[in-house]
Amino acid sequence: MNNPINRRVFLNTVTAAAATMFAPAVMADGHKKPRVVVVGGGAGGATAARYIAKDSKGTIDVTLIEPSRSYYTCFFSNLVLGGVRDIQSIAHSYGKMAAGGVNVVHDWAIGVDRDAKIITLAGGGKVPYDKLILSPGIDFIEGAVQGWDTSAQNAMPHAYKAGSQTELLRAQLLAMPQGGTFAMIAPPNPFRCPPGPYERVSMIAHMLKETNPTAKIIIADPKAKFSKMALFQEGWADNYSGMVDWIGADFGGGNVSVNPQDMTVTIDGEVNKVDVCNVIPAMKAGLISDLAGVTEENWAPVNAADMSSKADADIHVLGDACHQGDMPKSGFSANSQAKVCANAVRGALTGSKVFPAKFSNTCWSLIDTNNGVKVGATYEATPEKIAKVDGFISKTGESADVRQSTYEESVGWYAGITSDMFG
Amino acid sequence: MYECEINMKKTDNKLAFATARKAVSLAALLVTFGHSSLAQDVDAGAKVFSKCKACHQVGKDAKNKIGPHLNGVFGRSAGSDPVFKYSTSMKRASNDGLIWTDKTLTAFIENPKSLVSKTKMSFRGIKDANQVIALLAYLRTFSDNPSNIPEAEPTAKGTDHDIDPAILAIQGDPEYGEYLASECQTCHRVDGTDAGIPAINGWPIEDFVVSMHAYKGKIRPHPVMQMMAGRLSNEEIAALAAYFEAIE
Repeated sequence: MNNPINRRVFLNTVTAAAATMFAPAVMADGHKKPRVVVVGGGAGGATAARYIAKDSKGTIDVTLIEPSRSYYTCFFSNLVLGGVRDIQSIAHSYGKMAAGGVNVVHDWAIGVDRDAKIITLAGGGKVPYDKLILSPGIDFIEGAVQGWDTSAQNAMPHAYKAGSQTELLRAQLLAMPQGGTFAMIAPPNPFRCPPGPYERVSMIAHMLKETNPTAKIIIADPKAKFSKMALFQEGWADNYSGMVDWIGADFGGGNVSVNPQDMTVTIDGEVNKVDVCNVIPAMKAGLISDLAGVTEENWAPVNAADMSSKADADIHVLGDACHQGDMPKSGFSANSQAKVCANAVRGALTGSKVFPAKFSNTCWSLIDTNNGVKVGATYEATPEKIAKVDGFISKTGESADVRQSTYEESVGWYAGITSDMFG
Repeated sequence: MYECEINMKKTDNKLAFATARKAVSLAALLVTFGHSSLAQDVDAGAKVFSKCKACHQVGKDAKNKIGPHLNGVFGRSAGSDPVFKYSTSMKRASNDGLIWTDKTLTAFIENPKSLVSKTKMSFRGIKDANQVIALLAYLRTFSDNPSNIPEAEPTAKGTDHDIDPAILAIQGDPEYGEYLASECQTCHRVDGTDAGIPAINGWPIEDFVVSMHAYKGKIRPHPVMQMMAGRLSNEEIAALAAYFEAIE
């Protein structure tokens, strides 16, 4: 891909393909402008909608369907749990996006007619599309944690879709009796934000250390290892000594059931009475991808070059919901995929130049005040998948200055990506 | 061994010229090919240092002036004098892990902005590789533990880190630059805010290109930027530079 000659050949090929697709897409039923409908207004969907509207300069009708009027980012919601940020600091409206030319519809998409190319809304509306971009995030697999279902999410919050659940879990933690026990049921792979549960443990330990220093944290984990494991374990030992008890797969962490009425967690046969319990169940692509018929074994397989569904060339799937290869399910990844997709969709509908796919991701995590770590990688599109090119990870034993600098970088990134998403 | 011969020539100049023409020829040849002695470098470096004197002091009783004092600079972390007020850019470089070695000092003296984009050191740089070698040899004599400096480094001297003019001459494609820039703007804010992550809007093309190549060559530290720059071709760096220079 670094060879300029190869790249030119690739560009020409893609542009030619785009040009042949251009005419039929617009002429299909005689409407004036090509129509893109985006379902889901998070890191993938908001970015795709905004970039297509911005770069097409009014030549494409862009509709974003997102039920929430205020979007709470999952990234940095752990910092709300830790009391490092307040909930309003992770809330974003779609006002700037609407002003930027995106038709924002606050409703649920509940059906996709792929033959007629029409989306059905819960409110009864119908929205036609030429290209559909699905970026619905995740839903939970029912029955994944024995004893838990969505009706129990107030007794045992998941807080893995940010907003009211985040506020609920924080309120429960603040109300926990002195010396009480917090339990987390961690999810199996693959799941949204691989370092997320462990950053959450760090942030909860951070807040308990101040408000409830004799409290205990138990993590039941179906995995034997996890993202940034050495960094988190070092951070827990250095900052929250004796507070955190991680029970991995090798110690029965995957053999778990919960009882939300009694507030008990049974790990490998041992019953634990807990005060607060955060259940993060196994995940699958957001329901609309299933309804559109583009999923296989929980996720939606896509082509790496343009994020198009392997089941339907006029549907693209972004972010957590797609099955793409080596990228982790993260807001950064979804934002990166959205730009590749926006460029390809615009090219297909207007004949604009399509550039080769480039992807990247960085995940920052906060361990304690001003103690940030990061992991990241670059990726490229191959015929089989999105494939990793190069990567890095923070080192254990870094100086306080480096960790503070990493944290400040993450704050800068948050401001950057949210303005990139919402305008 | 060469150094001994040359030093002999230096201390006993006239005699050498008069009585040992062959030895002189050899010494002259060696000097011509750039194998000058450390002592000569130090003397020449003291002269080169006159370019730095307006801002920097070095040696006994050296103090911070417009720039920090340069005693013990080898092996020191960038921006680490406890008293001197460094630029934000230098503090970032320090936290990124920039250590002053022969390699990094050479790159910095050649073009300060290649390593520290918004350094307070408003100095165009020294392009003559021999002058840089001489200057570093001079500064080295003010290092607390010169014997601790790895022997391997001086043998690499004479390496020219300066960017090939052909790379700087590439005309970037701004449309491609705009597409590539969308990846940068996940972190570097499009509104030009400089907090946590530096602003890069309106950056002169040359500064942008030398910085990206310093990351790509892993001379300039920062794991994310080394990774991001590492997979960009010369044309892609030029395209990004053209795009970012044009936006405010």
